[in-house]
Amino acid sequence: MAAEPWQTAEIPGPKKASVITKPEVVVAMIKRAQHPVLVVGHKAAEIDFDGGKLVDFVIGFAKKSGIPVVATAHMIGEFTKRGFKPAAFMPAVDIGNRLVDPSWTGVDGKGQHDLALFVGLYYYMEWTILSGLKHFAKHLKTISLDNVYHPHASWSFPNLSHEEWVKNLKVILEKV
Amino acid sequence: MSEKGLHVKIGELKSDLGLIKNLELSVGRIVEEKWAEPMGPTPFPSLTTLREWDMKLLQRYKPFYLPFCDVCCLCTFGKCDLTGGKRGACGIDMAAQQSRIVLLACCIGAATHTGHARHLVEHLIEKYGRRMPLDVGGLNIQVEAPVTRLVCGVKPETLGDLEDILDYVETQITHCLSVCHTGQEGNNLDFESKVFQVGMLDHVGMEVADIAQIAACNFPKGDPDAPLVDLGYGTVNIEKPVILCIGHNVVPSVGIIDYMKENGLDGEIEVCGLCCTAHDITRYYNRGKIIGPISWQLRFIRSGVPDVVVLDEQCIRTDALYEAQRIKAPVIVASEKNCMGLPNRTNDPADAIVEDLVSGKALGALILDPEKVGEVAVKVALKVAPLRKKFKAIPEVDEVLQKAKECRQCGDCRRACPQDLHIPEAMKVAMEGSLAKLADLYDLCVGCGRCEEACPAGLQVHSFIVKAGEKKLKEETYKVRAGRGPIQDVEIRNVGSPIVLGEIPGVVAFVGCANYPNGGLEVAEMVREFASRRYIVVTSGCAAMTAGMYRNEEGKTPYEEFTGEFTAGGLVNVGSCVANAHIAGAAIKIANIFAKRNLRANYEEIADYILNRVGAVGVAWGAYSQKAASIAAGFWRLGVPVIVGPHGIKYRRMLLGRADREEDWYVYDARTGEKVYVGPAPEHLFYAAETKEEAMVMIAKLCMRPNDTTKGRAIKLTHYIDLHKRLYGTMPEDIHRFVRTVADIPVTMKDEIVKILEEKGWKETVIPDPTLLPRLIRKKKE
Ligand code: SF4
Ligand code: SF4
Ligand code: SF4
Repeated sequence: MAAEPWQTAEIPGPKKASVITKPEVVVAMIKRAQHPVLVVGHKAAEIDFDGGKLVDFVIGFAKKSGIPVVATAHMIGEFTKRGFKPAAFMPAVDIGNRLVDPSWTGVDGKGQHDLALFVGLYYYMEWTILSGLKHFAKHLKTISLDNVYHPHASWSFPNLSHEEWVKNLKVILEKV
Repeated sequence: MSEKGLHVKIGELKSDLGLIKNLELSVGRIVEEKWAEPMGPTPFPSLTTLREWDMKLLQRYKPFYLPFCDVCCLCTFGKCDLTGGKRGACGIDMAAQQSRIVLLACCIGAATHTGHARHLVEHLIEKYGRRMPLDVGGLNIQVEAPVTRLVCGVKPETLGDLEDILDYVETQITHCLSVCHTGQEGNNLDFESKVFQVGMLDHVGMEVADIAQIAACNFPKGDPDAPLVDLGYGTVNIEKPVILCIGHNVVPSVGIIDYMKENGLDGEIEVCGLCCTAHDITRYYNRGKIIGPISWQLRFIRSGVPDVVVLDEQCIRTDALYEAQRIKAPVIVASEKNCMGLPNRTNDPADAIVEDLVSGKALGALILDPEKVGEVAVKVALKVAPLRKKFKAIPEVDEVLQKAKECRQCGDCRRACPQDLHIPEAMKVAMEGSLAKLADLYDLCVGCGRCEEACPAGLQVHSFIVKAGEKKLKEETYKVRAGRGPIQDVEIRNVGSPIVLGEIPGVVAFVGCANYPNGGLEVAEMVREFASRRYIVVTSGCAAMTAGMYRNEEGKTPYEEFTGEFTAGGLVNVGSCVANAHIAGAAIKIANIFAKRNLRANYEEIADYILNRVGAVGVAWGAYSQKAASIAAGFWRLGVPVIVGPHGIKYRRMLLGRADREEDWYVYDARTGEKVYVGPAPEHLFYAAETKEEAMVMIAKLCMRPNDTTKGRAIKLTHYIDLHKRLYGTMPEDIHRFVRTVADIPVTMKDEIVKILEEKGWKETVIPDPTLLPRLIRKKKE
């Protein structure tokens, strides 16, 4: 299925993300991964989600899936406020830069990651970081959990309405 | 001027000193005569002279590439698909291709400043002669051109001397640009080294431009008390004829101001500017007004206030002519670099041009003679102002509400908006009769106009936002200190020691353009935060204006709140883009004047000094341009880290240290030759922060340097930890990397930090006399 980048002009080139047509795809990818990581940007504290904020969903998801979380920017404070301790916090460019290094031991010291999920960064920041990973992190698959199409990810939702997106994420939470 | 050529000249000089006084002197010769300092190792460096230094930096601060596009389309073999490690038809891979694009951007930036410098120098020589002395601050500023002295090894004394320096810079930029050709350089790190080279050249070009205009146009000469000038739309008296100048090259504006003064019209006409030309107008004429940064172009033109629009060069909207036509304001273009398709009227009588512009027979004119620009602009302004009656292009409220009903809620505007602003929602509210949501967008909108281009219903979305935010726009009445130019030698003497020892926690320079992720207020907030913490805060360019667009509880703007001195808690506006060279110059002068390191052509040693000892950080929160890229590159080579806002990630490459790799953070102790772990200080060289909070924490962190004394480090750690706790709600997790001895620990946080150090298995280390250059080791280790 074809999808359009959220920002009309941000056309990537020949290698584009596969479109997540069913939330189960994400669940299967996570289950298959040996060592996934979830990168959460500052917008997760701003975006409404099912009566709370996206970060509340993220916490539930991280707890249920056991995926270690990296909080970028000042998100660490938002997690801490909610009584959740991410595995690490660091600038978005730093986690990107570490993910391209095959010798990095990961956020938990257990070795480099093979799957990175992203959510809640500025579109253009996530876009460029995913591009860096697509080109320079051969060991890594990436998934964008945002409600917009991220062509540089390995897998991404297409541009979705807020309601559709919430529905999809809830299915992921339920089945992960 | 090749390096070889230069050495020959020096040889001649040494053998022939007595004859020289009677000759037409070249720069090198004058210098040799009056500058006793011995020539350093790297005068007029060529592409590879400083390569080893670059590789040392790049070894620690490795590039992280973030391609903006999967393909390369630079030659007819392309497009080439560079995904999955594929090489293009020429053999280039993605890393090299990205670094090539960075180099290309920096070449454009450096060429732009240098072209600007060349034009200024030629023009000023024509006006004042080659022998005009370069007085940029009399006895207070004896090191008048620190960047040029450092890079070239010459000491310019007159306007004419600057020509030779530009010869060198232009030649080198040409070489750097040629490196971008298909089938030249193939290695990404070598591309990066050339990026540093062209960045360094850019600073020389900027310095030449600014010292030429300071000396010849009598701008403030390093004056901490430079006048406070008006800033903001609301400061313009719209009852008067208004001339708006946009761009960066002050020469035509000077023509306007001079003509006005000579004809007794001073005070009759408002002369105002957008972008850096505005800074330089106020450096020349303190009744000039700064409307605001680059992103105010559309809103100010459309407001209908300007009666004449004068365009010079750089960062001008290329549709400025069209926008001016919409408000029936004639346009004068005054730069060969920006002719806008208009007929060249340079040789026509001024009155004939005036008549054509006033009658509307001509919509604009290209005039390449600045004096004639002055006469025509003033006469046209006086005549058209009563006719135009401030004809605007921004619709009235009723019309906006009416038009909003045509919105199809398609979302194309939002998908075109670089800020991802929720325009459709705001339009929906407008359909229902309220402009409130559109008004909310005003502060966040960067004025690019892409929403309008995208709208299938042809709605003037940006104009709607401006109308909705009109009250805020009209209330924009602020003050900014006119650009003071260089930092005085005596100021450097006073702060050199506390900076190098770490007791002044850092020098933070807010520079660059206005592509802010979240409105300009964030810049003012950061400026106030660090000035209040008694960092030395420096500003330039659009960031300097944005910093002024704020009032504290007492109604004071930051420039009224803080002193203009280069001292702890000072807020120093150096001026326009080209004045950025004075920021690099201040760092260089600390090494030279305070620490007495040789300056002359001694690049590596001075950069090594700055990297290890001068806690300076550049912040370009809204950097957008190629010039901003080359300015940053000049700082990187000099060892000054640069933080950009999130849009800056689109420069496609970061230079990031890895705090977790201990082996990357060793320096030599120059006293013993031992290698000593100094922690990640500074951690990054080029880095895009996601949010203001992240940037603030990082600014404090990047100010730490291996040379900090225990007292200095404790002060810097206090700020870092304090900001971290406040903005991140938690202690930093890397404190152990920055504590070298127990004495580094801030007393008030001792127990807390000692506990963390224990948990982390911290070990005490020594504070070295840090250097990355083995040749500076005084006692070689066997
Ligand atoms: S420059 Fe090289 S990679 Fe680019 S289009 Fe030409 S052959 Fe292809
Ligand atoms: S003009 Fe403003 S609202 Fe329109 S696209 Fe640009 S930033 Fe967005
Ligand atoms: S692009 Fe135009 S029609 Fe579409 S939502 Fe935006 S304002 Fe409405």
